[in-house]
Amino acid sequence: MSLIARLDGSHDEPGMRLAEKVIQLPWTLVLLIGLLAAAGFAMLYSAAHGSMDPWASRQIMRFALGVAMMVVVALVDIRLWLRLAYPFYFLAFASLLAVEVVGFTGMGAQRWIDLGILQLQPSEIMKVAMVLALARYFHGPTLEEVWRPSRLIVPAMIILAPAGLVLKQPDLGTALMLLMVGGAMLFIAGVRLWKFAVVVFAGLSSIPIVWQSLHDYQRDRILTFLDPERDPLGAGYHILQSKIALGSGGVWGKGFLGGTQSHLNFLPERQTDFIFTMLAEEFGLAGGLGLLGLYFLVLVHGVAIGLTSRNHFGRMLALGLTTNIFLYVFINIAMVMGLIPVVGVPLPLISYGGTAMLAVLFALGLIMSVYVHRETRIPRRDFRAGI
Amino acid sequence: MDRETERYRSLTRRALVLGGVQTGLFGALAARMYYLQVVERERYQVLAEENRINIRLSVPSRGRIVDRFGVPLAVNNQNFRVVLVAEEAGDVEETLDRLSRIVTLTDFERRRALRDIGRRRAFVPVTLVENLGWRQVARLEANAPRLPGISIEVGELRHYPHGPATAHILGHVGAVSESELTGDPVLALPGFRIGKTGVERQLEENLRGEAGASQVEVNALGRVIRELQRDEGTPGADVRLTIDIGLQEYVQDRLRAERSAAAVILDVETGEVFAMASQPSFDPNQFTTGISMDAWNGLVNDPHGPLNNKAITGQYAPGSTFKMLVALAALEEGVIGPGYQAWCPGFLELGNHRFHCWRRGGHGWTALAEAISQSCDVYFYEVSRRIGIEKIAAMAHRFGLGLRTGIDLPGEKEGLMPTRAWKQAALGQPWQPGETLIAAIGQGYVLATPLQLAVMAARIANGRGQVRPRVTLRLGESGDPVADVPPADLGVSEASLALVRDGMVRVTSSPTGTARWAQIDVAGMEMAGKTGTSQVRRISTAERLSGIIRNEDRPWRLRDHALFVAYAPIQTPRYAAAVVVEHGGSGSRTAAPIARDILLECQQRNPARQLVADAGADAGARPAGSGGSAP
Repeated sequence: MSLIARLDGSHDEPGMRLAEKVIQLPWTLVLLIGLLAAAGFAMLYSAAHGSMDPWASRQIMRFALGVAMMVVVALVDIRLWLRLAYPFYFLAFASLLAVEVVGFTGMGAQRWIDLGILQLQPSEIMKVAMVLALARYFHGPTLEEVWRPSRLIVPAMIILAPAGLVLKQPDLGTALMLLMVGGAMLFIAGVRLWKFAVVVFAGLSSIPIVWQSLHDYQRDRILTFLDPERDPLGAGYHILQSKIALGSGGVWGKGFLGGTQSHLNFLPERQTDFIFTMLAEEFGLAGGLGLLGLYFLVLVHGVAIGLTSRNHFGRMLALGLTTNIFLYVFINIAMVMGLIPVVGVPLPLISYGGTAMLAVLFALGLIMSVYVHRETRIPRRDFRAGI
Repeated sequence: MDRETERYRSLTRRALVLGGVQTGLFGALAARMYYLQVVERERYQVLAEENRINIRLSVPSRGRIVDRFGVPLAVNNQNFRVVLVAEEAGDVEETLDRLSRIVTLTDFERRRALRDIGRRRAFVPVTLVENLGWRQVARLEANAPRLPGISIEVGELRHYPHGPATAHILGHVGAVSESELTGDPVLALPGFRIGKTGVERQLEENLRGEAGASQVEVNALGRVIRELQRDEGTPGADVRLTIDIGLQEYVQDRLRAERSAAAVILDVETGEVFAMASQPSFDPNQFTTGISMDAWNGLVNDPHGPLNNKAITGQYAPGSTFKMLVALAALEEGVIGPGYQAWCPGFLELGNHRFHCWRRGGHGWTALAEAISQSCDVYFYEVSRRIGIEKIAAMAHRFGLGLRTGIDLPGEKEGLMPTRAWKQAALGQPWQPGETLIAAIGQGYVLATPLQLAVMAARIANGRGQVRPRVTLRLGESGDPVADVPPADLGVSEASLALVRDGMVRVTSSPTGTARWAQIDVAGMEMAGKTGTSQVRRISTAERLSGIIRNEDRPWRLRDHALFVAYAPIQTPRYAAAVVVEHGGSGSRTAAPIARDILLECQQRNPARQLVADAGADAGARPAGSGGSAP
């Protein structure tokens, strides 16, 4: 309380008291988050064949913790986040490096740091930290400055360094997500389109080289994606079973706890990556579109918040984080429907898992902070002087 | 336009473009969802209801076992069995009722089926009846529409065409027990059979093969829609035995008159076992088709142990068949020479104990040849007293007694060749001088299996190497027999062996030989041998004074064991045999005639004929396929 009050002390703005800030919170967005999380609890309850254990109860506790954190994050002055952006990024980068050293292999890849009470996935933190750092970087330069190629060196490093590390773990899905979020932020920052064309062309022409460096399981996944029949009992099996589960759900679904595919264990990882499949099996097209609609409203909120902020940092931050959440949702749902290869990306607020839940709520907290402090003007340069 | 506004406009424009792309992608997700859940719904609903991808292991075909000439001894017959999938049957009881009108279903089978159905998941097939005949299969197929959930599967069933004649060598297969479950997934398949005894067990690894796996899509009716992938697996390898099934059947048949007996014939050069019989026997096919409780109890409780292969598990005091080894020990040690004679007054006194010869009046002055041919006990008492038990035991070991022969069959017993150290360790008592005398006539602690005795005879006849017995044929890549590793040197001088063999020849040839009535009367096929009659009870002094009760007058269990070891032909030995008839009375009267008959039959069949890679000195060697009898 006192911490927030102190952090709140701004001089050049009409000071907002804490109570005012709380009222300023985007409550519709909070409601949408609550609805999504509740759907997640219901699906975890169903995934455990109608039991709170082992997933739903723990997920609820994590969500409660995460929401508290989200509100705190939302109330922290946006300028503090601006100041903390680079330190936070370096911290995340350091912990990503640490994974290479102390991280242990979970799910066939090095992705975790064990902190005793929870296993931390630095790559999840990095997704938020990278957006913060890029927003911080693009707060300064004018559009003409952004157009200068020399101005792209630092952001390129901000994006490529963690992406390279994550790729080395190896976690192809997360690496691609970092690249896409970074690219999206460069796009909204105003980088010239022909530069994207060059990068895309270079990327396409490097495919043969990249192909050589891929792990066998990654090649398998891509090949299986292109032709799922290739391995109907291995990787393709998951997608096939997922499609069967989804398709058999029909318009109205098989009813809560009634998903035969899910409950007969035909569906792999039904509490994490494939939880959308179970939802769509039990609640049908109606449930699936309903969930998609909720996410869409969240994203609309994010974009609207980004466009209403009076400071560029806030705009970049909100739009970048919204894109990040969009990618989570899109990649996950597209994967379980067989539109893209199988990559281990959770469904935000729904999938079981600690770090992902906290990372998403942290990101949403930042978006809310942008909203709460939308009237705050921050000078392009020498913004430190004001604090 | 100030820079800030310019920047904001650009951002807004691009943010809206990005938002539009995202909205478009969400639209794609919605479209895909619509496609899967509305357009393709029926297809996926059918798949969800009916489509199950199963991995089915297919049982590898078990390798056949054939005799040395390729005659099948263990084969796989087709086995038609009725299986039921409970979830397809609907009313299981009713289906079983209908089924029982076509196929007889015992109460036991019915209860077992219901129990299995209760235990397993509803889509797992449960076997109801096995070994259907063609008529039943046809009737079931015709009635298939009225029998939902019932199907007929074809499996393999082990069959032993020669039944009891090969029961002990081949052993049999049976259901896998908990302790036999190893990593091999095929073992966990319902109805899989594993070798339990005999060659089936010994060569399980070779015979089993590797399971195939087929990945299939099956519908809710359990029918395979399509096969996705198939790995045929590897059928088990065929195994070729050294056995000559014709001879084997003859020997088994020849023993049939006896209540309990065993016989072995092997090659004195290669150790290949041509026949190995144990009486009484049993039909191993009972086990594969299901044996009744009564029949099983009958086999298990039979005092004559039909399930045991007495040729390798029966341990008997070798009696006088042991005497050659005592003679060889003494000759090799130089304790006696070729001209040595012992005086036999009918007994020998050692300390204050009198050791009797089987002939009350004694044999008078006796040389080695007569001592063997007339089986004079006192001669061997005297000789053994001079050399002691340790030298005798060492010689006995060289001829395979007291040690496992290493035959490739499970469960072989090692017999017993006592020494001082053994007695101290096993009984905690010092060796008594008198026990050396008892051991010298193959009594007391000495025990040997019929196979060991046959090996002993083979080594005496061979004279050069420590021939090792075996029942599986070693074949090279071309399919020809492979020469065995040369056996360890026997280390006994030919001069000593010649003296002993001379005694063995006289057993059957001399007018005073103990088996003079059992000589083979075909020129060139005569056999040399040695009788043995081993007591199974102690003869008291009182009985000895009043006259020993004749075997025929004693209860069967108290009669002496009858033994005979032999080799033939005398000039160029090729076959060695041992016969043990439990409680047969007398080696010369009971065992020797059996040995004569089986060795004659063996020589006439001449099973060694095709296996001699280099015909060389062997008169019996013939080109492959010529068949017929030996000279």
